[in-house]
Amino acid sequence: MSNLILSIENLYKSYGATEVLKDINVSIQRGEFLVLVGPSGCGKSTLLNCIAGLEEVNAGAINIGGRDMVGVAPKDRDIAMVFQSYALYPTMTVGKNITFGMKVRGVDAATQAKKLADVAKLLQIEPLLNRKPGQLSGGQRQRVAMGRALVREPQLFLFDEPLSNLDAKLRVEMRTEIKRLHSNLKASIVYVTHDQIEAMTLATRIVVMKDGIVQQIGTPSEIYNHPANMFVADFMGSPSMNLIPATVEALPTGLAIKIKQENGTLELMDDTKIKGLKMGAKRELLIGLRPENITNPTANSRLVAPCRIEVVEPAGSDTFITTSLGEKPITARLRADTVVSPGAEIDLAFNLASASYFDAGNGERLN
Amino acid sequence: MEWLQKHMPKMVLAPSFMAILLFVYGFIAWTAYISFTRSRLLPKYEIEGIIQYERLAQSPRWDVAMTNLAIFGILFIVISMVLGLLLAILLDQKIRTEGALRTIYLYPMALSFIVTGTAWKWILNPGLGIELVIQGMGWESFEFNWLTDPNMAIYTVVIAGVWQASGFVMALFLAGLRSVDQEIIRAAMVEGVSTPRIYRSIIIPSMAPIFMSAFIVLSHLAIKSFDLVIALTGGGPGYATDLPATYMYTMAFSRGDLGQAASSATVMMMVVMAIIVPYLYSELRSRHDG
Amino acid sequence: MMDNLVKDGSLRQVALRAGLYAVLIIFALYYLMPLFVMIVTSLKSLDDIRTGSLIGLPRELVFDAWGKAWSGACTGVKCEGLQPYFWNSVLIAVPAVMISTVLGAMNGYVISQWRFKGSDFIFALLLFGCFIPFQVILLPMAIVLGKMKIAGSIGGLIFVHVVYGLGFTTLFFRNYYITIPVELVKAAKVDGAGFFRIFWSIFMPLSAPIVVVTVIWQFTQIWNDFLFGVSFSQAGTQPITVALNNIVNSTTGVKEYNVDMAAAIIAALPTLFVYVVAGKYFIRGLTAGSVKG
Repeated sequence: MSNLILSIENLYKSYGATEVLKDINVSIQRGEFLVLVGPSGCGKSTLLNCIAGLEEVNAGAINIGGRDMVGVAPKDRDIAMVFQSYALYPTMTVGKNITFGMKVRGVDAATQAKKLADVAKLLQIEPLLNRKPGQLSGGQRQRVAMGRALVREPQLFLFDEPLSNLDAKLRVEMRTEIKRLHSNLKASIVYVTHDQIEAMTLATRIVVMKDGIVQQIGTPSEIYNHPANMFVADFMGSPSMNLIPATVEALPTGLAIKIKQENGTLELMDDTKIKGLKMGAKRELLIGLRPENITNPTANSRLVAPCRIEVVEPAGSDTFITTSLGEKPITARLRADTVVSPGAEIDLAFNLASASYFDAGNGERLN
Repeated sequence: MEWLQKHMPKMVLAPSFMAILLFVYGFIAWTAYISFTRSRLLPKYEIEGIIQYERLAQSPRWDVAMTNLAIFGILFIVISMVLGLLLAILLDQKIRTEGALRTIYLYPMALSFIVTGTAWKWILNPGLGIELVIQGMGWESFEFNWLTDPNMAIYTVVIAGVWQASGFVMALFLAGLRSVDQEIIRAAMVEGVSTPRIYRSIIIPSMAPIFMSAFIVLSHLAIKSFDLVIALTGGGPGYATDLPATYMYTMAFSRGDLGQAASSATVMMMVVMAIIVPYLYSELRSRHDG
Repeated sequence: MMDNLVKDGSLRQVALRAGLYAVLIIFALYYLMPLFVMIVTSLKSLDDIRTGSLIGLPRELVFDAWGKAWSGACTGVKCEGLQPYFWNSVLIAVPAVMISTVLGAMNGYVISQWRFKGSDFIFALLLFGCFIPFQVILLPMAIVLGKMKIAGSIGGLIFVHVVYGLGFTTLFFRNYYITIPVELVKAAKVDGAGFFRIFWSIFMPLSAPIVVVTVIWQFTQIWNDFLFGVSFSQAGTQPITVALNNIVNSTTGVKEYNVDMAAAIIAALPTLFVYVVAGKYFIRGLTAGSVKG
């Protein structure tokens, strides 16, 4: 058996004249946890529905477990799906919800009972089996929905924003639980969410989408540290990456990047990184720096500049401050014990080694 | 098998679709077509132009029917709406017996118009009915013979119609009153706005869609009104209480004048469409937007 | 409304409150009066009716009119009372209600959960069909019923009621099923259930409330129908509304108001019964049928 569980090639999907998925190419290996993430309307749920066979595609191929899925009904795709609204059958008990699929497929009663018992034990929902969905809390419903998927033991699990209807605390708990299930069961999962933290914490690989186009595919660390374009940089991470407008100037000593400041200009000289930029003739760019790369200066800090503090937001473990660079608000992440107050000036250290550079025109990454 | 699964929804809907296409739209087309012929007892299919509509225009009886529709329609709709709104507002004041009162106000809607007509025909009976009751109370000269007075008989239809439908309008409005956002009302109360003012400036304006619905239903009832007139006055005295619906029926089934029946039905259809189409259009549109 | 027209207990407020109740009760009497008149009249002797007052109680209770209305009153030539027509109405209403409800449920299920290109258009066509004045289809329907050899038969009336009830029954079910998330069907599809299995195992068990509303609505409509009854029936197949009208308007003999009233009550009893027993669903049907588009 091949290790390639799912492969999608040149997939297109449109509703009437509006294209919702454009040239999607994604594949996942056995045991991978692939997260599709993007703002609402980016096509991620549509893509999941296409994988499940709940929506037809206009062009392109979907392979699951090496089988072409054209014309294959959802039930024959060897998948299981967990929905945002859980989609529990309201008139059936929890037990019946979990066994309904087996019943439809004609699995014998003894097997049904055994599998139900196994799943109920795994998810710790044994006491709930005779209740109706209406009598369950959100978290319990979520577990039942997962139970219904797990009992199928499919090649591929599909999760459609399964946690977004839960309150914040429960969401974090269930996130951990899903991660544990994934590593225990060695399951292959495609998981849709709009929550970038969920994507970062759960995924082995992330697909960032926008307007039906894949923006970047990579591990969480690749996505976080080397965003392919400004959209990814801005969308992933919280608070999001600072994008500081700057200009490139050729000085006798070499190339320099200049950032407008409140009074005067901040100049970044002859960094080797700058030389490597695929700049062409353009002079405008944006420097992407995560808040953690703008911090309290230390003895080794190479670039330190005074900045005026506009807003202070203590977050307990850190203190975030907002200042202005290139006429845009910039967030810096300082040690929690830093004594700061709005209006004051403070020296900030810029860690350019981690910086991303983006084309001011098309937003593509330059380094 | 897969093919069958895939097309099952269409196959399930198909019979109803065909039925509606034929029995609603096909029939409307047929009736409209016949209205341009000289059909009498049997349908003829040679188009003769607007002769039937000219006959309608010249028919004093049709004139009476249309005038009656205007009188009945306007009074029936306006009185039912006013009464319904009044009752709804009164019932909305934390009335302890609200449930029972609501049941009483609304039960006429469960009755057939034939039953309603029969009952009111007896109550309005000149001689033995309400007239006698009032006379018995001491007002010896009281006269109430609208039922047999050609000029007044149409108003008895209004009386019975309002009696039957106003409770329903009340139920609609009451549901509307209750669905107004409580926070807005509380906000107004905090600002010291008086209760009548809250009704006038906040609640009632926000019920515009309900007014629309009530208007649609009532006008629909008014245009279709047939049974009530038949049971209450039989269209009489003479044809003083004829409505388009009874006119059409008489032409179709008593006079054997299919052309007149078809043209009068087509005019009714036009009147309904003038009211319904913009309403349905906006309803369907707003659903797509939302 | 959270507040009252009247809040504190001052004299003026008490008076206002009393006035409010008085107005409400007067209206209640207004709505009840015809029913009261019908009942007392039906229990009076003809003599009592001629000499007494419309709203006076019977001098002595006489039940003859009820017996006569049920089995002896004349509808034109025949004098069998309402009884045979009552059963005609039952024979028409029961199958017509069942068939139109089942079809409406299937249609609503498709239109709300299995949408396809054109299904919204079909829904719009059905919806518009709810609003046409039936006069516009009377003539061709009479001809078609004749061609189908069911003119003047109970079967013909059932057919007519089913066809013209479809719009409303579909509307009811569609508006109910549209509130059920589409994910339910998706989940069931992934579970391997097909079109009918999903309907039967998942939607049907959910449908009790809307089935009640639809059945009540359809039953009331069909039982109370007069236009189709009078247009498409013949001597032996008339529904009760037509028979009642014939009794009341039969010109032969003495006018027996007590029999008329008893007959009217008999004709109204089934729908009144439904209203009293299941008024909540009745109102829901009325408002659902009118408010939502």
